[in-house]
Amino acid sequence: MKTETDLTNVNVNMARRSFLRYAGAGVAGIGLLSAVSSCHKDHNVVPTAGVTDVGSGDIGVLNFAYALEQLEAAFYLQVVATPYTSIPSIELSYLTDIRDHEVCHREFFKAALGTSAIQGLTPDFSKIDFTSRTAVLAAAKAFEDLGVTAYDGIAYNIQNAAYLSIAGSIVSVEARHAALIGNLITQGNFVSSDQVDTNGLNISNKPSAVLAGANVYLKTKVSANSFS
Amino acid sequence: MNLFSIVEEIEKIDPEFNDRISPRRDAIKNITSFGSKVAIAAVPFALGNLFKKAYGQTASASVISVLNFALTLEILEATFYNDGMAASGLVTDTSYITQIQSDENKHVAFLTSAISAAGGTPVTASDFVYLDYTGGAGSMAGPFTGVFTNYQTFLAVAETFEDTGVRAYKGQAPNLLGNQTYLTAALDIHAVEARHASAIRYLRTTKYGATVLPWITSTASASVDTSGAASNDTGVAAVNANYGGATPENTTVQGGVNILNLPSATGSTTTFAAASAAFDEPLTMAEVLAILVPAFTKPKS
Repeated sequence: MKTETDLTNVNVNMARRSFLRYAGAGVAGIGLLSAVSSCHKDHNVVPTAGVTDVGSGDIGVLNFAYALEQLEAAFYLQVVATPYTSIPSIELSYLTDIRDHEVCHREFFKAALGTSAIQGLTPDFSKIDFTSRTAVLAAAKAFEDLGVTAYDGIAYNIQNAAYLSIAGSIVSVEARHAALIGNLITQGNFVSSDQVDTNGLNISNKPSAVLAGANVYLKTKVSANSFS
Repeated sequence: MNLFSIVEEIEKIDPEFNDRISPRRDAIKNITSFGSKVAIAAVPFALGNLFKKAYGQTASASVISVLNFALTLEILEATFYNDGMAASGLVTDTSYITQIQSDENKHVAFLTSAISAAGGTPVTASDFVYLDYTGGAGSMAGPFTGVFTNYQTFLAVAETFEDTGVRAYKGQAPNLLGNQTYLTAALDIHAVEARHASAIRYLRTTKYGATVLPWITSTASASVDTSGAASNDTGVAAVNANYGGATPENTTVQGGVNILNLPSATGSTTTFAAASAAFDEPLTMAEVLAILVPAFTKPKS
């Protein structure tokens, strides 16, 4: 699998960004906006110590997805290893299937990214009581809902159509998981009101918002600075 | 905040912003003249024009075409649930079906207004010669005869509609590459369709004795399962094509990576069931239309 970002596209985008920078400097140079206080942000992504940044471009998108899939896979591995009290066999079966899907996703991104992959992340599930059905399903719903909003929110940044297709192939499976967990919590609650807008569209989230949620459950904190 | 930052912020949100403003060379010329001629007091007004120019443009013909394709599917789905709910005594699980009915009608309204706003002409139910949910090409006596009198048939058709809707939206994503507004909206609808598909499958299995999982779990096939016979897990052979195609649901090689060869939770390889279910595959527009036309509908020409 081709894991390098398409260099042609990168150059086009770089040219575009450079142009905007140039044009902006030109405008400022003639004093047009000199009276306006500047809140100009630094372009250079400054890495924060101890935080793993996913990087930029398509590699960044894939690493962002890889980070989330690592978190989800780790969660379900734990759920299946230590099932909640009195778990019905059908629920254990469903959760085992989901575990296997998330491991597929995690391993797919790891293989696809190769040497461009971020490190393996260490989860922190100390806030989750794995003996409690209520707690586990609530956490599962949060992870699945978060995953759906994450893929939908970052997808327009993807430059390679093949990567976009694969992201689409994964996000609908995450949505299937989310709906099932919703139904397990409350029958018929497969499109939770907090996950759709008034047009019947699933909400989506910016990478920064997604990671704010994900980092609660990660010892290794992750950032996606180039995607804001 | 300065203009540089404003443009940059917009560009972050909308990578095509610069292209929307105007072709690149013209943009250089325009911004230069903009900077040299506009006094500081006029900046808000000038910026307003810049934004209007960027976002007031009509969407491209290809985007309108994708949206109308999506709207066609949503009209088919919404009418299906409207008819089902109107059929006396048919629907038992109203909490499930009314949720889906509501979502599909919202999708119709959303896409209709989105297409109009983008300068296109939205399709309407009156653009179709017939909607035949029996799959009988207008005879109302196709393989799903009794779809509005037999609840199990209704649920089976619903399941296939939802699975197909998911595949159809997925297939259009590359046509909306990089388009924050329309790609994101399409994927947001796509996710809701996947939620519906999961719920109908769950309902059929937990309450009515079907054996489908919430995710499409195909069986292996020696070659690309174009017909969908191995990919279709619904037990209804009449809908094989909905699960087949050039990239059938039982695909296990994704982006050149063979999922079967990847380590799993329990070993050094992955089962076919997990590898096929972990990824939903797309249908092309032509494949979707071949399934729907003429069996379920026919557009007026």
